[in-house]
Amino acid sequence: MTTTIAPTKPWAKSPRDRVRDFSFILISILFSFLAVEVTPLKGKLAYAFTFFLSYAVITGISAFISRGAPAAKDAMIKTVVALGAALTVLPIASIIFTVLKNGLPGIHLSLFTTDMSMATPTDPIATGGLLHAITGTITMVILALIMSVPIGILTALYLTEIKGKFAGPIRFLVQAMSGVPSIVAGLFILSAVLYPITKAYSGFMGSLALTILMIPTIARTSEEVLLLIPNDLREAGTALGGTQWRTVAMIVLPAARSGLMTAVILGIARIAGETAPILLLTGGGDKVNPNAFNGPIGSLPYYIWKSFNAGSPEALTRAWAGLLVLMLLVLILFVAARALSSRKVSK
Amino acid sequence: MIQTPESEKDMSTPAQPSSLASVASAKPQRTQASTAQGTGLEARGIHAWFGKNHVLSDVNLEFSAGSVTALIGPSGCGKSTFIRTINRMHEFIPGAAMAGQVLLDGKDVYAPGVDVTKIRLQIGMVFQKPNPFPSMTIGENVLSGLKLAQLKVENKDELLESCLVRAGLWNEVKDRLNTHGGSLSGGQQQRLCIARALAVSPQVLLMDEPCSALDPGSTLRIEETIRELSDSMTIVIVTHNMQQAARVSDYTAFFLSDGGPGEMIEVARTSEIFSQPKDQRTENYVTGRFG
Repeated sequence: MTTTIAPTKPWAKSPRDRVRDFSFILISILFSFLAVEVTPLKGKLAYAFTFFLSYAVITGISAFISRGAPAAKDAMIKTVVALGAALTVLPIASIIFTVLKNGLPGIHLSLFTTDMSMATPTDPIATGGLLHAITGTITMVILALIMSVPIGILTALYLTEIKGKFAGPIRFLVQAMSGVPSIVAGLFILSAVLYPITKAYSGFMGSLALTILMIPTIARTSEEVLLLIPNDLREAGTALGGTQWRTVAMIVLPAARSGLMTAVILGIARIAGETAPILLLTGGGDKVNPNAFNGPIGSLPYYIWKSFNAGSPEALTRAWAGLLVLMLLVLILFVAARALSSRKVSK
Repeated sequence: MIQTPESEKDMSTPAQPSSLASVASAKPQRTQASTAQGTGLEARGIHAWFGKNHVLSDVNLEFSAGSVTALIGPSGCGKSTFIRTINRMHEFIPGAAMAGQVLLDGKDVYAPGVDVTKIRLQIGMVFQKPNPFPSMTIGENVLSGLKLAQLKVENKDELLESCLVRAGLWNEVKDRLNTHGGSLSGGQQQRLCIARALAVSPQVLLMDEPCSALDPGSTLRIEETIRELSDSMTIVIVTHNMQQAARVSDYTAFFLSDGGPGEMIEVARTSEIFSQPKDQRTENYVTGRFG
């Protein structure tokens, strides 16, 4: 005879608590409407502000009555913290909403199969597409990856594994470099490579500037990832007769693999929407250009900029659609980075 | 409880089971270096520093081939530092310095021109915390030393099995050699690390508190492993567990630091250290009066 004991959660909120919490929210909402009616406060922000204020006051009073002053302080600070979080999310949500609202009408399937070479700014939305911009962005990102991933990871290895004499200054420079405005990178390539040497716009020029911007991101993130790898593993590798290089290549880097992947994706996300150097160096272009080393090349930021400048209603819609595609691309990359980094470093 | 000279002389008389001395003398005295390779290991006048801090002073110890030597003593007396000077892992710590000689088969491992990676192949090491390589499977972990040192073996499967058998892990993992080492328990992971150290067939195996993170059952398994391995290699084990020193070692060295650099106070057969230590400080330590 065994009696089964049902699992309970004595710490969970009772229905009565829920009703009370919900009524606080309702009262706060009512109060915010009232405040906007009565006082000269106007607009959505006024509603939000008075709502938070009244919610803080009501929960504070309720907590004070039931549990005293410390609980009241706790309840009010909770509301302030929630307000902070809401203030962070607000602009992001607003951007996403605006881009979706303006961009969705411009989305159609042939966006991904045609370019703008046969379309003018005033053509209907359904003609032309983003193919040249998407392929251009991808080409330049891949070229930048090929250059910046080895340099970035080798820099991180120098800082964490070799710990050479110059590690301090190099770490400082890499950190400083991550603050370099993108237009500086663009002007640098323009004056150091494009004018004196190639004398022509090309995707490669763009990717050189993107490389400069990407290296610090990859180097810093990789350094942090490598620092997380326990020293035990390095010692174990060395104690088994491995040289430093073999220990790093066989044990440290594989153990850090998913973290390094994250570093690379964060680097891509950093440069995918970069506009200033692209405007200076790539020359735009409305046709798909498969050769990154010859001739102007389109890209999403360039396409957006150009369409906004064209000014016709159709062009504006195209620009918003391009923005939407670009944001989706960056979003996909960030989600991928999150998914990779949330897996355990050890696996 | 240490005064049991009878049990020392007369092995047939069962002593109190709790006595360290009886534990130490209960195990059969082994003949010296019957099947061991090499002529052993000797540390001469080892000093060690971290920066300006003198942590180890003038340690002279001989490890005869095929013996198990336990290093005991309170924390911070330089035991771990000492064994890390033997396979040259000491130099990994920034600011480390040392003096003295470590002779392996009569040759100083610190002599100029010595290939340090070869030294570490001959003198293997097992660490305090189990540290299997996370990116590798169980099988790859065992054979990782070969890849790290770029050694070639004829039959990898045979080596894999023999190493795991010797480390006492074969039966538990033989069906999942292709899974990751992280799925094993702490004790299994440590035996995996032992198997990994065995794969490059070292002459000497250094163990730095190999059981301190493990439960008693796993500890027992590893102690069995140590006894079996000692037929074919010289083992030096640092331990805080005096019962363990009494159970597994042939010789015991007692280290102590009285605020200054750590020193080796006394070394003798394990049964002697635990029954009739010559130094008062050793006696105080092994009887639990301090430390």
